[in-house]
Order: sequence, then C-alpha cells, then structure tokens
Amino acid sequence: MHDSQLVLYDEDHRRIVAVGQLLVRDANAKGIFVVDRNGQLIAEAGEMRGIDTTSLASLTAGCIAATGGLARIVGEDEFPVHFHQGQRDNLHISLIAGRMILVVVFDERSSLGLVRLRVKKAAAQLAKIFEDIAKRADQERASGAVSTPFAEITDEDIDNLFSV
Amino acid sequence: MSFINYSSREINCKIVYYGPGLCGKTTNLQHIYTKTNPDLKGKMISLATETERTLFFDFLPLALGQIRGFKTRFHLYTVPGQVFYDASRKLILKGVDGVVFVADSQIERMEANVESLDNLRLNLAEQGYDLDRIPYVVQYNKRDLPNAAPLAEMKRLLNPKGVPDFEACASVGKGVFETLKAVARGVLQDLKQMSR
Repeated sequence: MHDSQLVLYDEDHRRIVAVGQLLVRDANAKGIFVVDRNGQLIAEAGEMRGIDTTSLASLTAGCIAATGGLARIVGEDEFPVHFHQGQRDNLHISLIAGRMILVVVFDERSSLGLVRLRVKKAAAQLAKIFEDIAKRADQERASGAVSTPFAEITDEDIDNLFSV
Repeated sequence: MSFINYSSREINCKIVYYGPGLCGKTTNLQHIYTKTNPDLKGKMISLATETERTLFFDFLPLALGQIRGFKTRFHLYTVPGQVFYDASRKLILKGVDGVVFVADSQIERMEANVESLDNLRLNLAEQGYDLDRIPYVVQYNKRDLPNAAPLAEMKRLLNPKGVPDFEACASVGKGVFETLKAVARGVLQDLKQMSR
C-alpha cells in the first residue's frame, strides 16, 4: 500500500519550481500550483502569495477526482484538461503523467490559448521530473535504501507530539 | 499516501473519518476545529448540501508539531455517510494513511453501522488497501443517548479484531481528541515501521 509514497527532495522541488516560474512568465499567468492527486501541494510559483494553498490543493484534487469519476461513467478514462472561467480570474487545470495536477491561474493579461500552449511544454517537463522521482523511489525500494526522517523516531517522539 | 517534503521539511498524512449517515463524522472535525489553537489549523472546508448533510467531504488541515525537525501535518477528511454517495466515498479514500470508523451507538443504527463498515472494507480493497493492515481506530459515538446499544455488543459487531476503540459524545467533545491521537499515533508508527 505504501508503494506510492511520495518523497520530494530539495533538488526535485527546485526543478519543479523552475518549470513553474518559466510557465508563469511565458503564459503571463498570475500563478501556478502543482498538486498531487491526493490533495497535497507540491510546489507553487507566481504572484499569488497569501492565498490558502492547503485548501486550494485539497479542493483541486477533489475536483479532479470527481470529474475523473464522471469521465468513467461516460466511457472516458479521464478529462485531462479543465477550464474554469471567472469574472476576473480563470483556472486552467491539467493532469500530468496521470498523477500530478497543474493549476494555472490567469486573468485578462493572458488568454486561454496562450495558457494551453505554454502548459503543453511545461507539462512535458514536469512529467519528466516526476518520472525521475518515481524511478528513484523504485530504485531506493529495490536496494532497500529508503531513508526517511521517521526511520529513527522513538515512541517518546510520538508521545511528545501529543503532550503539547 | 504520506508525502515527505525535504524542501519544506514537512510530512503530510491523510486521515479519513468513515461511518454511516449522521453518525457524527463532521461533528468530530468541527470539535477539533473549534478546540485547536489557530496557529495549528487551517481553514475547515465543508462541501455540504443546503441541509448541512455532507455532499462530498469535509476537510481540516492540522499541524501537530515537529518530529526530528519535520513539521507533522495531518489532513483530516470525512466522507458523505449516506448510502447513495458511494462513488464519492471511494474517491476520498484514495491515498489514505489512517482511518477512523465512527459508529452511531443508537441501537436502531446498528445495521447501518455494519453496512458502512462492510462498505469501508470493500472500498478500501478496491483501492488496494486492507483494513486489517492500515492504521485504524473505532469510535462509538453518541454514548450519551438513552437508546445506546451496550458497548460489548458494539465491540462484538464492529471491532472483532480489537483495534483501539473509544467511547465518545462528539457533540460535547468527549472522546474526540482521544480518537484523533490514537489514529495519528498509528499512522506515525506505521511510517516508522515502513522506514526500517
């Protein structure tokens, strides 16, 4: 069951953010968010500081999960691209490598066509990064070299969490 | 599926509250939300119907503190309990690290409890999880009601394997944090074991 545990190192995060920053610039977007399908925020870039990113991640994953369910009902595997149009801001949501979700927030300074175009390139780059992460995880598992900060925690560490 | 982020030095885990309709899953989360220090919690989201029945899920992010320099965050979710929302329940179980089964102690809800527990086991299996192998606790809620079934009977029906279980009255907060602590502890111990 834990085969799909996600471990993200500094270098992975830097690579993802670099792609995100480029996407923000090239697509004239306000911000981008990379979220995993279980609702965890992986990375963000752009000018949307201060928004509730935890809720954004959870609701995005819920939205993708619900429309994925709808897709299967009508005989599709997924709806890989979603577009939500607002009065000021719009959301472009796309699935990456079946596992990650890329959210682009943009306003009238950009257009859906431009965002779609730029997302295509960024999605391929992100897919490669996540492929590398998955490969590394597989190798670590195969070699038994999985190391997490939790390997050496004691029952006392756990107790201390609850004594606060 | 826990998520370990070395960049932000965080570990995120997902806990799902499961159980029949109106058993008190949302009430558990509401109590946790009300009683938690604002610095440690995020916004609680409830996707509910006009009559305040859970439509898709409730969500509450919670920070417990640090372990070995890593911020430990738990994302608490509830499922919609009503039978016909089964498709939504399956979606919410994806990537779960620990489960709380909230049982309704009222004797007339015993059949609904058993049905919901069977449904939990089935839906977990569909996602590749085995209820007997993931961190899991049971809460017997609404113990204060006059029509509550005997505890021994509930244990026999709903907890034959003897996982950690708790009596509760979520509307006044009794047993809520004990339940949360037990499942969080189970998740962390599970992480520890799989790291070995």
